This record gives sequence, C-alpha cells and structure tokens, in this order.
Amino acid sequence: MTFFLNKLRARKFLPLLTLGLLASPVAMADVGSRIWATGGVTSIEGSAGGGLVPWAMLGSYADDEEWGGTLALSRAEVDDYTLAVAGAGLNWNNRVEVTVARQTLDLDSLVFALKDGFGLEQDELNQDIFGLKVRLAGDVLYSPWGQWSAGIQHKRQRDFTVPNAIGARDDSGTDVYVSGSKVFFAAVFGRNLLVNATVRGTRANQGGLLGFGGDLNNGYEVMAEGGVGVFINRQWLLGAEYRQKPDNLSFAREDDWWDVFIAWVPDRRLAVTAAFVNLGDVATLKDQQGVYLSLQGSF
Amino acid sequence: MGLSASKTYIAVLLIFAGLVLSGCQSHPSESDNSLYLQLGERSGIADVVEDLLYLIVADERINHQFKGIDVAQFHRHLTDQLCELSGGPCTYSGRGMREAHSAMGITNTQFNALAENLILAMEANQIPPVAQNRLIKQLLPLYPDIRHL
Repeated sequence: MTFFLNKLRARKFLPLLTLGLLASPVAMADVGSRIWATGGVTSIEGSAGGGLVPWAMLGSYADDEEWGGTLALSRAEVDDYTLAVAGAGLNWNNRVEVTVARQTLDLDSLVFALKDGFGLEQDELNQDIFGLKVRLAGDVLYSPWGQWSAGIQHKRQRDFTVPNAIGARDDSGTDVYVSGSKVFFAAVFGRNLLVNATVRGTRANQGGLLGFGGDLNNGYEVMAEGGVGVFINRQWLLGAEYRQKPDNLSFAREDDWWDVFIAWVPDRRLAVTAAFVNLGDVATLKDQQGVYLSLQGSF
Repeated sequence: MGLSASKTYIAVLLIFAGLVLSGCQSHPSESDNSLYLQLGERSGIADVVEDLLYLIVADERINHQFKGIDVAQFHRHLTDQLCELSGGPCTYSGRGMREAHSAMGITNTQFNALAENLILAMEANQIPPVAQNRLIKQLLPLYPDIRHL
C-alpha cells in the first residue's frame, strides 16, 4: 500500500519537480555557446535528436569548454495508447552526452485484450533507458562532412509479465547506433536544411516496451533511421522523421514509425516540439496515429 | 523481406532527397552580387560590423582575444572581407585567415560566440534570414583556418 502511494506521489512530483527546476533562477545562468537549436530536442529514448530518432548532435548547448544539461517531458497520444517520457541529460564539452529516460506506456484498450487472451491484469508498461553518446568527429554547422556520433541505449523493462507472455525473450537490451547530422546553409529557398541519418543495431520490440528478441528473430538487426528539417528561421524547424523497426514477435506484426514535426526554440533555455506520429500496428491494435508534444529545458 | 527492403529504400530516399536538394543550389554564379545588395552594400555591411564590434567588446567569452587591436583598421578589414565574400566590389587587404589566427588558439566555444554575435548584429540591422544564411555559407570555408584545424 505504501509502495503504491509512493509510486503515485513520485509520478505526480516528477513533472512538477522538473518544471520547478526549469523555472528556477539557476536556469537563468549562461546556457552554453552553441548556436540556437543545434542541441536538437530530447527524443523519446532520452538521447538528443528529434522525436523518434537520435541525431548526431549532443543535448544542451555546451560547447568545447562547457558543461550543459537538459530536462524534458514528452507525451505521445495515439489511438489506443499513451506514452509518457521524462528524460534528463548531461553534456561534457560537446563530446560526451549521458542521458536517462523513464518511459510509461498506458495500455488503454489493450488492457481488455490482455485480460481475455492471457488472463493478465496490467494497465501500463514501464522502461528505463540509460544512454551514452560520443561525438566522434565534425561539427554539425561547420564541417563539410557534418557531425558524426556513436551511442548506446541500455534499456531495462520494469514490468516484464506482458512482454514475456507475448513471446519476448529478454527484459533488457542494448541498442547501438551511429548518427551523422549536417546543416546545409541557404539550401532550400535560402533556408537552412538539417539532414540526419542513423543506423541502429537492436533486438528491441516496439523500442523495448515489448521486451527484446522473440520467436521470429532473436538476434541484432540493423535498422535505418533518418530525418530532414528546414529552419523557417532560427526559432522554427519544420521536418519529418522515419524509423525502421524489427519484427521479432509472431504475436503481432511490428511496423516502422514516422512523424512530421514542428519545433519552436525561442532561445537556448526552451524547446517545444509538436508532431503528428504514425506508429503503425502496435501489439495487434491497428494503425496507431496521434499527436506528440515535448517540452525541453536546457541549462 | 521485400517489405523491409522497400522501407529501407524509402528511408534512404528521404535522407538523400535533402542532400540532392541542397546540392542543386550550392553553386551560385561567380558574378552574382545579389547577396551584396541584400546586405545593404558596403554601408550596410559596415553597420553590421560596427554592431558586431560592440557585441564582441561586451562578450566575456571572446573580448580578451581582441585586446589591443586597431579598432578602425579591424572594422575596415572585416567590412572589406564581408563585402568581397558577398560579391561586392571590395578587396580584402588584411592578413590571411590562417596566419592571423595562428597564435590565438581559438576554441569552438569562441568561434560560436563570434558567429552568434554576427547573427545578432545582422538581426539588429534587419538583414533578412535568407541573406544571413547565404553570408554564413560564404564564411564556412574560413572555419578550419580560424580554428587552426
């Protein structure tokens, strides 16, 4: 009972605490020297990127003589699910990014299918993601060949009952990825164009929320991810992302993800991202589409 | 299998559509002075450089790198340089970028601080974003020389 109360309290307080930190005078100090919007935003897995895909840029605005950090709250509401993410990140010298994220997937309609089909009583799935990203070479703005980074995302399921019942093999897994990002100045009708490509090795089902590995495939597979965006001006970025996904479980087909986003970066401290997301079929429920909203503070 | 391959193809297409788009417009003709005109010709550029100098003086990240310079000469040289780079009828007569910055040990933080101040100076002078982007694109080749890479 106490455990449940604590859990409830923690869930209510985490967003409040985050917003409190964003609003505090501490956040009014220098926020790093990198040019506006070059920190990307916090992706659903905590790494700096877009919404669904990690990019080669590191979070916050820390440059080569600076520290920086980010806090973010995100929410995706599709037809039959709701995903909430709280994430935090640190950046040292624009060289190393360390991130943590907690994902909570509300199963909404799937609750009944699980109860009838598997006799399971569960209304949400939780996952923790620990991320590390290193900038290998280049600068996203100034290098002719763009900026290149490599990263890992170690994911740990907190509720494995459901993924286990539908055929997932493991309750934890580690994604590895390499990303390249570049801004092309005055490339589209004089506007700046951001291009990102990411290659990921993964065993994760639905990003890990449905566990790792399965009966159809249990090994690492290489997935292509990417995105493009156009800076309308230095505060507004309009773009789209695509993320290829594995299909490891015979229980339900897994589709690729895509989104169309608009990000508003009024200054270095705040980034607001809104998107239309399409997650395809998710755990037998068809054609999951909806809206995504993310708030990020940098310090 | 076929489905997965087609999805990969779509992803690759999406990514490289951007690269192709940018490639199409990356070679303006040599005699094009439209950027110079957008910047307000030499007097417009001189105003931007003047505001840039005020911002540099106030910027603790970089002002120490500018201690002891001849401000009037610096203003004239940088104005000429931006004028020439934007297609205007000027000739930069200062030192080469690599030589001028060789002993300064300029960090990426300092480079970005100057870039930020240049953008703010252009905004203060109502230079449209498209012209800002075009000028920065002309300045990109100087990055390795200034950073001594």
